[in-house]
Amino acid sequence: MFDNFPLWPARASAGAGNIDALYIFLLALSAFMCLAIFAMILIFATMYRRRRGVEAEQIEGSTELEITWSIIPLGIFLAIFVWGAVIYFHERTPPRGASEVYVVAKQWMWKLEHQEGQREINELHVPVGRDVKLIMTSQDVIHSFYVPAFRIKQDVLPGRYTTAWFRATKPGVYHLFCSQYCGTMHSGMIGQVVVMEPALYEAWLSGGGTSGSLAASGGTLFQQLGCSTCHRSDSQGRGPNLVGIYGKPVQLEDGRTLTVDENYLRTCILSPSKNVPSGFKPIMPVFQGLVSEEQINALVAYIKSLTPSPAGGQGGLSLAPKTQYPKE
Amino acid sequence: MATVAVTAERENYLNKEYGIRSWLLTTDHKRIALLYLASITFFFFIGGFFALLIRLELLTPAGDLVQADTYNKLFSMHGQIMIFFFLIPSIPAVLGNFLVPLMIGAKDLAFPRINLLSWYLYVIAGVIYLHCIVTGGVDTGWTFYTPFSTAFSNTRVIEAGISIFIVGFSSILTGLNFVVTIHRMRAPGMTWSRLPLFIWAHYATSIIQLLGTPVLAITLLLVVFERAFNLGIFDPTRGGDPLLFQHLFWFYSHPAVYIMILPAMAVESEVVACFTRKRIFGYNFVAMSSIAIAVFGFLVWAHHMFVAGISLYSALIFSILSYLVAVPSAIKVFNWTATMYKGSISFTTPMLYAFGFIGLFTMGGLTGLFLAALGIDVHVHDTYFVIAHFHYIMVGGAVMGYLGGLHFWWPKISGRMYPEAWGRLAALLVFAGFNLTFFPQFILGYMGMPRRYWQYPPEFQVLNVLSTAGSTILAVGYVLPMVYFLWSMRYGKIAEDNPWGAAGLEWKTSSPPPTFNFDETPVVTWEAYNYEEIPAPAEVNVER
Repeated sequence: MFDNFPLWPARASAGAGNIDALYIFLLALSAFMCLAIFAMILIFATMYRRRRGVEAEQIEGSTELEITWSIIPLGIFLAIFVWGAVIYFHERTPPRGASEVYVVAKQWMWKLEHQEGQREINELHVPVGRDVKLIMTSQDVIHSFYVPAFRIKQDVLPGRYTTAWFRATKPGVYHLFCSQYCGTMHSGMIGQVVVMEPALYEAWLSGGGTSGSLAASGGTLFQQLGCSTCHRSDSQGRGPNLVGIYGKPVQLEDGRTLTVDENYLRTCILSPSKNVPSGFKPIMPVFQGLVSEEQINALVAYIKSLTPSPAGGQGGLSLAPKTQYPKE
Repeated sequence: MATVAVTAERENYLNKEYGIRSWLLTTDHKRIALLYLASITFFFFIGGFFALLIRLELLTPAGDLVQADTYNKLFSMHGQIMIFFFLIPSIPAVLGNFLVPLMIGAKDLAFPRINLLSWYLYVIAGVIYLHCIVTGGVDTGWTFYTPFSTAFSNTRVIEAGISIFIVGFSSILTGLNFVVTIHRMRAPGMTWSRLPLFIWAHYATSIIQLLGTPVLAITLLLVVFERAFNLGIFDPTRGGDPLLFQHLFWFYSHPAVYIMILPAMAVESEVVACFTRKRIFGYNFVAMSSIAIAVFGFLVWAHHMFVAGISLYSALIFSILSYLVAVPSAIKVFNWTATMYKGSISFTTPMLYAFGFIGLFTMGGLTGLFLAALGIDVHVHDTYFVIAHFHYIMVGGAVMGYLGGLHFWWPKISGRMYPEAWGRLAALLVFAGFNLTFFPQFILGYMGMPRRYWQYPPEFQVLNVLSTAGSTILAVGYVLPMVYFLWSMRYGKIAEDNPWGAAGLEWKTSSPPPTFNFDETPVVTWEAYNYEEIPAPAEVNVER
């Protein structure tokens, strides 16, 4: 009966159950509070309805009662706060080793690129049981990546990366909505997330002909744009050696210390003079407007993939970077 | 029977002068209140008409009634009109304007000419906004999010921004007038602790209007500058920061929610006291909770931005602060309920609205707890859950308060009684229609239907149809009072000075009041809500 009239969203991610649990708790709490207050009002309205010759009894108030009905709700509120915060903390912290999908939003479509190099539009294929981290940016206005079945949502902003992650648990096809108003066809900026069994997913992955992984195409670009002339792996270049910098702290010329993340790399490519690492001169050309969002994503994926080779300790700018695809 | 009364009618603010000039150049706070009443009613019905078109479009999953761009303009202009041209001025500029001087025993507001100026600013802004509507409208949402509003929308953003900039000053001037009036013009003996709770809540509202509105004005001006002169303030491609806009916008627009709801709470306290014939339970706590809401209300704005890309830790801070601001609202609900204990309750139209207010505000407040919970907000943010939540507060709360107040003080304002049976029918229709319209939207929101969608997946249709059905009932409930209020101005029973047997100085003068409110300045020797000293009226719904 509820096939055409569902009242509860599909639950298809590892985190969705936690959110539903808090939601159900709050529903129960709210229902209890509503019933309690409405029952009091009904009882008072019946018992104390106006009668001839019966006067209201003037009551000043009661400090004890006021304190009681301030402290108890406050305690409950703080408990809800902690519960909600724990879930949020979990939602906002992508696990290590998650496979990465770069998302570029534009009026009015979603462009997605897997780290393996697969490109999709308005459709995202993921296997069951794998942690997937979304690294998202927008080409124009603010959008928002929303998959109700996963209970995740994150605004996608122009000019920076925002991230989200999920682990799908149930095969199926789920809505992908843009939930931040973005102009004429905001309601048409929808797509689907296809969750597949791992074997089927591998088949899908090898099906489309791609030109190699995202990091590999970033490596090619790194050569073409001439990045490699300054950013050498032997620390002799005019720019910093990029091997293994991802995730590490970096000391800047102006004394600040930042952690190298996707946003840092992005800013360094587009506006190099903003964050100049200590010991280097602001001589890097500005790439704002010269590279597309997809190319920036590829460059970022490439730089992240540069890890010191375990044997030599020297590392190298290899075009076959180490990529990890956790398999379960 | 009316003819007898006409000959006996004493001079009052309505019959002292006639003619359009006597209205357009008046400095009488009561006449200005009526000017505001007419203007905001006009905008309420435009905003309501847009809402009906939105609901009709959403009857079917496909976008078929209007074009996508038209739909986007409809919800944008519905929001902007209802918030800036109806809800924010509603209770303060109409009922507050009329009642603040009367309740504290003053002849007028502190700055009568500024009061008139405030209305003219409203009208100027209104005319600009109407021009904006008829020349194409605006499609930015009421929120003007950048960079869409500054660099992408090709609608009349500048005109709408300037209009709202101007109407903001009308709101600031009203707030300024109230603050000075409440400080300086109280009648002898009207100490702070003897003020009606209506005044306390309006005082708190005025502080928000004074301190918050300038921030909105500056923000909109920056949007206009970025759009008109290509400055890079919010647009990242010009070196700006889109989140800066959201911070500035919500710094005003969250407290603005309290500009809308605090005055409704003000009405609630007066009506509940009158129709339970009791002093409000815990007067001090109710008064101070208004001030607490005004102060804490300024510290929670980023709870609108939990998925916008703010840091984890600032989200935690704004979540916990949002729970703190919920406490004073809960205190008020508990106190109104406790006031009914051992009261002498009658079920007049204003009291039905008061019951409705408590019910709907409680539901709106409780669903606020869902949204303040970070984990849940991520899922329901920007969905119909939020739409339902804020309509429960702003329509279920603020509009119910406004209508209840309008019925309660109508005899004082017009000197006439409205037909009680029609009043109760309308109150019930509004309550039923409201719940049918907005309750399904909570479910839609948790199901995942995003807001501002012109077309939607078919599984959401049943709930949308229910919602649209409810909105037609709601519309009837809103049109009815306008009809019988107009009717009553000519044919209504002549109102006594104090038809409800209510406490409060406004009921001690005649209905309608004379131009300077009181023949002699009253001297107050009693506490607020001294219902034990006022005889209950014989007629009001006594059990037979």
